[in-house]
Amino acid sequence: MRVLERKSLSPLLEALRRRGYEVIGPTVRDGAISYEPLSSADQLPVGVTDEQEGGTYRLAERDDGAVFGFNNGANSWKNHLFPPELSLWKGRRDEDGEIRFTEQEHRGGPYAFVGVRSCDLAAISIQDRVFIGDAYVNGDYESRRRDAFIVAVNCAEAGNTCFCASMDTGPRAGDGFDLALTELLDGGHRFLVEVGSERGEEVLAEVGSSPAEPRDVAAADAVSEDCASQMGRELETDGIKELLYRNVEHPRWDEVSERCLSCGNCTLVCPTCFCHSIDDATDLAGTESERVRRWDSCFGLEHSYVHGGSVRQSGKARYRQWMTHKLATWIDQFGSSGCVGCGRCITWCPVAIDITEEAAVIRATDRIEAVGINADD
Amino acid sequence: MSAGAAPPKLAVWKFASCDGCQLSLLDFEQELIALPDQIEVAYFLEATKGTIEGPYDLSLVEGSITTPADRERIREVRRQSARLVTIGACATSGGIQALRNFADVDDFISTVYAEPGYISTLEDSTAISANVPVDFELQGCPVDRHQLFEVISAFLNRRRPAIPSYSVCVECKRAGNVCVTVAHGTPCLGPVTQAGCGAICPSCDRGCYGCFGPAEAPNAPSLSRQLSGLGVEDVDIVRLYRTFHADREPFRSEGIAHER
Ligand code: SF4
Ligand code: SF4
Ligand code: SF4
Repeated sequence: MRVLERKSLSPLLEALRRRGYEVIGPTVRDGAISYEPLSSADQLPVGVTDEQEGGTYRLAERDDGAVFGFNNGANSWKNHLFPPELSLWKGRRDEDGEIRFTEQEHRGGPYAFVGVRSCDLAAISIQDRVFIGDAYVNGDYESRRRDAFIVAVNCAEAGNTCFCASMDTGPRAGDGFDLALTELLDGGHRFLVEVGSERGEEVLAEVGSSPAEPRDVAAADAVSEDCASQMGRELETDGIKELLYRNVEHPRWDEVSERCLSCGNCTLVCPTCFCHSIDDATDLAGTESERVRRWDSCFGLEHSYVHGGSVRQSGKARYRQWMTHKLATWIDQFGSSGCVGCGRCITWCPVAIDITEEAAVIRATDRIEAVGINADD
Repeated sequence: MSAGAAPPKLAVWKFASCDGCQLSLLDFEQELIALPDQIEVAYFLEATKGTIEGPYDLSLVEGSITTPADRERIREVRRQSARLVTIGACATSGGIQALRNFADVDDFISTVYAEPGYISTLEDSTAISANVPVDFELQGCPVDRHQLFEVISAFLNRRRPAIPSYSVCVECKRAGNVCVTVAHGTPCLGPVTQAGCGAICPSCDRGCYGCFGPAEAPNAPSLSRQLSGLGVEDVDIVRLYRTFHADREPFRSEGIAHER
């Protein structure tokens, strides 16, 4: 393990840029911290923190000059790996009646993601499973993801809507990074660095670092332990799949549907949600066409539209779909939970619906005997 | 379309409205006129003097029904039209003029006109769909020109128009906006309003004021509770719902519920 001085952060970003990476990292934009392309380390949110609660997010100042002293951004790395809108191909009918297709080349990356939290690392690996971990590989995702350089940052404080400890995804990054930093403020502003790959090693060598002292390692351990003990939320995952499967007719779904707006915000901010629509457009003459992929959400009626109508007509059916997919059916589908405990869906739900609370209420009033799904009610 | 067949005839009709939606069409009228083999602009008084008699293959209808004469005229338009698509808040919801549906129209008439005897009007301003069957409704005040283009293009290419009916939030998040409600405490109708505008207002750091009308499955009572929580007074909640789509459910009921 190594130690990087606070002043070496800028050279670190420089080194990444020299290697041809587009650096994406946290910065303040429109009253929130957002992961955006950075041209300089000056854009990092130095001395800024976030206060998150169900349905509210506010920035605040902190006086210790911490660079990563906040929790999760308003958006996630998904915005860059799985962009909200992507042209897939264009088609053209030529004079001779022949239709020719041009596949769109993706122009993003290679990316260096700086400041990836442990929960978001887990989210990236879940999306890896969805997009490239099976027989059918999503080429665009693959090309963005393959070369991405990841600088993880271990959280020092848990936010009010965080529950990574429950989901076993944090707060300390285990693997899946090139470099992982723990920001240490006491006894000199510095970062403990764990190296996760050869190229991570190389980049670090270019920047310059010193060997970690036992006190640095101990300080970083203390930071992570502290953070793990302050989780704002908790979610009991023991037997959660069976719990939700046998409670498909639980009255709580009706209750939450009174509050749920079916706005879809929770799915759009969720770093693991992958649903998208494929839209075709034509020009008036019918000679040009374009196929575009766009983020979609299971809170829309179109999402479950089959011949004759939408399967999930009620708000109850839609909320149940979302939460059951995240916490239960995902396990059958992909072999892991679809939730990493980042808390975004709680913070960014305009009416503060809280997945941990909904799960806890259902658990507390578990109906034990299994009943069948009636998707329509 | 088979070779040699006459191109479909397009007609554009105006009822009680501000003409804003027709202007969205004028934005790409040149593209329409440039395609005489694909489409014939047969009746569009805002753009061309000449008119060609019906029947029409596609009628775009702007405006709401507010007079007995218009109620008759829309029936005739329907009879003449193979497909009838309503465009804009007036045609799909009754428009801003549907505010009169919440008051006594005779009071307005006697206040506004010196000679009320000449006024022949209906009690209510109603959507076209309340008067005749319609094939598709394109919401927006005014409609978005890209969406209007899509509706016409879909018609000409014989496919379903790709017009999403989910909330503005979906477009807002796709645009990469930070939620103005959650991060700034700004009241916003986005969660109950249909997408289509591209989330223009939240992109300019203000709340959505619902000009695209109700989304497919809006939960207005829940949003109202949230608005109250942000400190919005009942009278302002009524105003929010009662602007462009005052008489369209659930905005109508939600406005009434907050009236005192
Ligand atoms: S379900 Fe919510 S807490 Fe879980 S990963 Fe998605 S946004 Fe984060
Ligand atoms: S929760 Fe909904 S939007 Fe998210 S992945 Fe599942 S079905 Fe798709
Ligand atoms: S749970 Fe919240 S964010 Fe998700 S659709 Fe319902 S109201 Fe919107």
